[in-house]
Amino acid sequence: MSYIGILITYIFIQNFILVQFMGLCPFIGVSKNSESALGMGLAVTFVTTVASVVTYMVQHFLLVPFGLEYLQTISFILVIAALVQLVEMVIRKMSPSLYKALGIFLPLITTNCAVLGIAILNVQNDYNLVESLFGGAAAGLGFTLAIVLMSNIREKLDLLPVRKVFKGVPIAFISAGLMALAFMAFDASLVTNLHLV
Amino acid sequence: MANMKELTKGIFRENPVFIIMLGMCPTLGVTTQVFNAIGMGAGVIFVLLGSNIFISLLRKVIPDSVRIPAYIVIIASFVTIVQMVLQAYVPALYAALGVYIPLIVVNCIILGRAEAFANKNTVVDSILDAIGMGIGFTLSLLLIAAIREIIGAGTITLLNLSETTRIVITLPVISKSPVRVLTLAPGALLVMGYLKAYFSWNSERKAAKGGNV
Repeated sequence: MSYIGILITYIFIQNFILVQFMGLCPFIGVSKNSESALGMGLAVTFVTTVASVVTYMVQHFLLVPFGLEYLQTISFILVIAALVQLVEMVIRKMSPSLYKALGIFLPLITTNCAVLGIAILNVQNDYNLVESLFGGAAAGLGFTLAIVLMSNIREKLDLLPVRKVFKGVPIAFISAGLMALAFMAFDASLVTNLHLV
Repeated sequence: MANMKELTKGIFRENPVFIIMLGMCPTLGVTTQVFNAIGMGAGVIFVLLGSNIFISLLRKVIPDSVRIPAYIVIIASFVTIVQMVLQAYVPALYAALGVYIPLIVVNCIILGRAEAFANKNTVVDSILDAIGMGIGFTLSLLLIAAIREIIGAGTITLLNLSETTRIVITLPVISKSPVRVLTLAPGALLVMGYLKAYFSWNSERKAAKGGNV
């Protein structure tokens, strides 16, 4: 698949939150205001991109040559956990202002399904290094798109008369469902029709 | 009787899916068929039981500063066992659950129970806690899967190992004109939203009753 095809697939057709339900916990938890939603989205995008590249290297330079594919789950999650720690330390040293914006979200990202999910999907789809990079970036951008849209909807919802039992999480889920319905318009045939396969 | 409380709290009062809202990804991702929900529930119960036992046994050995990585390694080992067993003995289920099996590692329920319960309590209590939470998780999955499959396809798939070995109950009226969208992605989010609203209505009603007494 071409690089643009990968981007379109993971941002729209296989959107990580609305179609594959990966990263739903932060999606519901951090989407209350649009500023922190954008911060969370960018932090996730950054980590999924770097993690895709690093897990590609772990898979193809360590696990496959030594026949250790069964250690995939353990090694990937450890690499991701270490990576998130490292990213946190680097950002804190290099750019305190960026750390202020993203810092509180970084520890949450280790247990975000989206990061481990894209690492495993890259391996399952047999992507090469550059394709993995695009896959990771696209997964993160799809996450950012969904969480930013959601936070804008929720800011508006706060001002509307919602029944008490639906307030907060239930109405957020129902709004997300309606958004997912809209995203169903993006079909896999989009990529084939645009000759991006 | 105190022990029974550890067992039952996970099923109702502290239900991981509807009350504490943990482990959302697999909850919505695999609940297109009742059988997938049973499979995912069984996998999570096994991992939760194994990790709770090990973490509770090692709670005095693991240094506090590296406890989270240590827990993750223990959990990931049990997930790998589940992955291999499913791949070897029930390949159809392995294919249906797909990427959601390795994602049990990052299911917040398991790490959450390790951190909140198993590292402070005895092995017996941790086993009961794991069984209770696991059953609570499985029942929640079954509820969502049943609603989605019955309305969305008009069937109840109890067993689906291959083309020949399967038990599927087909319901008479709904299977003629099912609401397909419920088995697709938006249906999962809508069902979850309405169920969550029902549960908050329910707990509010109970709280109001308790207040009057």
